[in-house]
Amino acid sequence: MEKRELICIGCPMGCALTVELDGGAVVSVRGNTCPRGDAYARKEVTAPTRIVTTTVRVTDGVLAAVSCKTRGDIPKGKIFDIIRALKAVEVAAPVVIGQVILPNAADTGVDVIATKNVEKRG
Amino acid sequence: MKNVDLVIIGGGPAGLAAAVAARKNGVQDILILERDSELGGILNQCIHNGFGLHTFKEELTGPEYAARFIAQVQELGIEYKLNTMVLDLAADKTVTAMNKSDGLFQLHPKAVILAMGCRERPRGALNIPGYRPAGIFTAGTAQRLVNMEGYLPGRRVVILGSGDIGLIMARRMTLEGAKVLCVAELMPYSGGLKRNIVQCLDDFDIPLKLSHTVVDIQGKERVTGITIAQVENGKPIPGTEEHYDCDTLLLSCGLLPENELSRAAGVALSPITGGPSVNESLETNIPGVFAAGNVLHVHDLVDYVSEEAGAAGEHAAAYILKGEHAAGRTLPVRCENGVRYTVPTAIRPDCAGDTVTLRFRVGGVYKNKKIAVYLGDTCIFSRRRPVLAPGEMETVRLKADLLRGAGDAVTVTLEEG
Repeated sequence: MEKRELICIGCPMGCALTVELDGGAVVSVRGNTCPRGDAYARKEVTAPTRIVTTTVRVTDGVLAAVSCKTRGDIPKGKIFDIIRALKAVEVAAPVVIGQVILPNAADTGVDVIATKNVEKRG
Repeated sequence: MKNVDLVIIGGGPAGLAAAVAARKNGVQDILILERDSELGGILNQCIHNGFGLHTFKEELTGPEYAARFIAQVQELGIEYKLNTMVLDLAADKTVTAMNKSDGLFQLHPKAVILAMGCRERPRGALNIPGYRPAGIFTAGTAQRLVNMEGYLPGRRVVILGSGDIGLIMARRMTLEGAKVLCVAELMPYSGGLKRNIVQCLDDFDIPLKLSHTVVDIQGKERVTGITIAQVENGKPIPGTEEHYDCDTLLLSCGLLPENELSRAAGVALSPITGGPSVNESLETNIPGVFAAGNVLHVHDLVDYVSEEAGAAGEHAAAYILKGEHAAGRTLPVRCENGVRYTVPTAIRPDCAGDTVTLRFRVGGVYKNKKIAVYLGDTCIFSRRRPVLAPGEMETVRLKADLLRGAGDAVTVTLEEG
């Protein structure tokens, strides 16, 4: 039986959660004071996901970098794969919010899109 | 210079929301003065997500949140001047400002909204011993360098302070290839959101050292190392020192409302928040001068800044279009039992609309308490709270009718739940 310790992020209480797993399946969640803690713990130990936000270089823009994000959740384990894939990417100004910076980033099926408008240097 | 009815000092989230609300409430001649080269303020460098859950019911990044308000300002045809520094605000509301194209100019608006935001507490305000080498940055400065200007300020990093900006920068520096050795926090708890502790530190195995502070900075030209030690009753405990070889120290040690202009104008400031003392209309002691956002008190969520600034915009519009209220009686707002401050600090029931919004913070972590509001000796509001913490602003909305009863002061307090 495997045990995992987590802090619940549902509210400022920050309950200390203990999850018992048996071969990857959740057996029990303890320490939560509300159902949100139970749901958070189950997802976090079986399929944790994150939104990745970072920047990529811009050429000929009023700024040197443009901020971007994964359009949706990606598996937590893929964070650094996406960051590495974006290292090689450079976009030319102008850049507009929502523009695809990198399609299907690191084979997650999720696009990385711009989150800021960057005008061309005039 | 053409004259305007309303000058808004600052084009960040507070200034933008205030401008939109003032225009929607009938003010035609509005001018936003912004010292940076674009609107949006600090949101432009906050590229992480989590903004806008209350306002737009979705999780946006900072620049996306700003863009929605900038679009409204532009659609409404509200004028703004960028790269413009306000040099002085006088007690008669004369605004003196300058920029490259207009030179030095003065405006004589009917009303002013203060929306200058806040600044980070710098090293000079922290009493950290050691040399003064390069490599010491506030977390926000590092954030701007990385996210907007494309520079990485260091490779091996220690962060002092576990406020949200410090936590966010721990992740950001890690993603950009730096090694974050630890985050040291003077207090026995973090001032940051739980979500940030999990997603910015735990995800990357960055240790959070509570009750620790920096006791020495080594290096003459550039930081070469940092020594931290455990703290008890505000004093480092000898023998607990730990050394880190590093080239960078980031400071995330609190935010201070930026009120240089307000002070010069004679605006009365709260010694606790560092922001103006305001009444229920978010109006300072100078009639027609309003304040909202982080210049008033530091907020956790931009959604609340937008809401508060929208209210300031409405009140400024009423002042411009209808003139000063006949004030009637004024109830001071007092804090007790762990409530550190409130905004507003005075309520004029006759000037309030249907509801009065009270925002406040507590001074420590409290469990199973009740927030109670009294008018004189009468309890007019109470709500159970399983947990209250200094990092979470509390909001109470009171029906204005309840404030018309007997009693000469409002008291906000915590009681046993």
